[in-house]
Amino acid sequence: MTGDLSALDLVLTGNPTLFAIVRLSLLVSLCAVVFAGLIGVPVGALLALTRFRGREAVIVIINALMGLPPVVAGLAVFLLLSRSGPLGSWGLLFTPQAMVIAQTVLVAPIIAALTRQTIEDLSVEYRDELKAMDVGPMRRVMTLIWDARFSLITALLAGFGRAAAEVGAIIIVGGNIEGFTRTMTTAIALETSKGDLPLAIGLGMVLITIIILINALAWGMRRAGEHYLG
Amino acid sequence: MRAPDSDLPLVLKDARIVARDVTILDRITLTVSTGSPTVVIGPNGSGKTTLLRAAMGIIPLTSGDIIWGGREPAAPRRHAIVFQRPAMLRRSAAANVRYALAAAGVPRAERHERAAELLRLVGLEKLAGRPAKRLSGGEQQRLALARALARDPTVLFLDEPTASLDPYATKAIEDIVSAVSAQGVKVVMSTHDLGQAKRLAGEVVLLHRGRLVENTPAPDFFVNPRTEEARKFIAGELLV
Repeated sequence: MTGDLSALDLVLTGNPTLFAIVRLSLLVSLCAVVFAGLIGVPVGALLALTRFRGREAVIVIINALMGLPPVVAGLAVFLLLSRSGPLGSWGLLFTPQAMVIAQTVLVAPIIAALTRQTIEDLSVEYRDELKAMDVGPMRRVMTLIWDARFSLITALLAGFGRAAAEVGAIIIVGGNIEGFTRTMTTAIALETSKGDLPLAIGLGMVLITIIILINALAWGMRRAGEHYLG
Repeated sequence: MRAPDSDLPLVLKDARIVARDVTILDRITLTVSTGSPTVVIGPNGSGKTTLLRAAMGIIPLTSGDIIWGGREPAAPRRHAIVFQRPAMLRRSAAANVRYALAAAGVPRAERHERAAELLRLVGLEKLAGRPAKRLSGGEQQRLALARALARDPTVLFLDEPTASLDPYATKAIEDIVSAVSAQGVKVVMSTHDLGQAKRLAGEVVLLHRGRLVENTPAPDFFVNPRTEEARKFIAGELLV
């Protein structure tokens, strides 16, 4: 109970260590979602609207990657960025950039899979109408993405939730270096193992609050979509 | 709407569509000319929807030809169709019409006014800002009509536009169809409602099991049907 009160103090008094960790966590997850969106939305739309040999295999793989264990993603990025790895010369291992790459790897399949499903469903619904209106391929793609925008934003928020709550990948590629690559989840893991519960609990409270806010935002998006688009 | 420069007649020659070894249209030969509405009737599964979609170019023929005004139908630009269950774009009623106008190449500056005119024509001006998906079934059909008319069509295909609508909504659609037809747009419409065919048709095409059974002016069809199938259909007997 004393630990809980101390944790609350840390949050309410704006403890600089705690908020530096929160800031870095949000920045890393936000960057990862932006990059994952830039990759996932076009890939998902392409998969939804094109037919090619092996398409279904690609869809199965992307769907499977939604459940990719974070430690495996972390290990893959670690091997890629380690000194002897193909991208070792970039010197990114144990930096926030490496954490962004790892989270992008985790989040991009989620966004691609959700985008694919959303656009494909809408494309089936609109297919005959757009064909009857002689809508060209480019306008068709833009129409589908625009009309699915609320669902796509929800997909991005789902990706952000996954990134913000993830620990396995970033602890491997970030190294959990204090003041440099320490995020909420890695700090919670470390502080708990050290027995410093107030900071761990304080970070946990902030993390849960963020996750609730993200879900509230996703819910609001869905409601807004229903209200404005029917 | 401006007076259409028709690219009729529409000629189907031995039009045949086979899907998964099932013959949906069986060597249909038919000429659709300018004038009052052509109404395609027949029981469910007779090929009415497929015939309209094929004529519109949405479904390819397995064999045979479709010829518009003596030309091959490379790109029939001023034909429009209203489906039995039209999909509403996820935007307002007015934005649905503006989208159709944009797709038809109408300049942006004219779209707002033209959309308002079309919504007035179908009686939806008061619902212009409402999300299209939240309109009732009858209102959605009228909006689909407005979208189709945005193409300024010479030929308007209507696939059972009043199926599952109540009499009030049906009358609203029929009034619009009559008005559009009176302005010179050729209406080709499918229905399995004989009363509607009597009210609207200038010419009747009866299909059964993908075959064209009869194609005659409406008065002759209803008074003096030439085939046994037509007689049974008019008498309300089951065509199986």
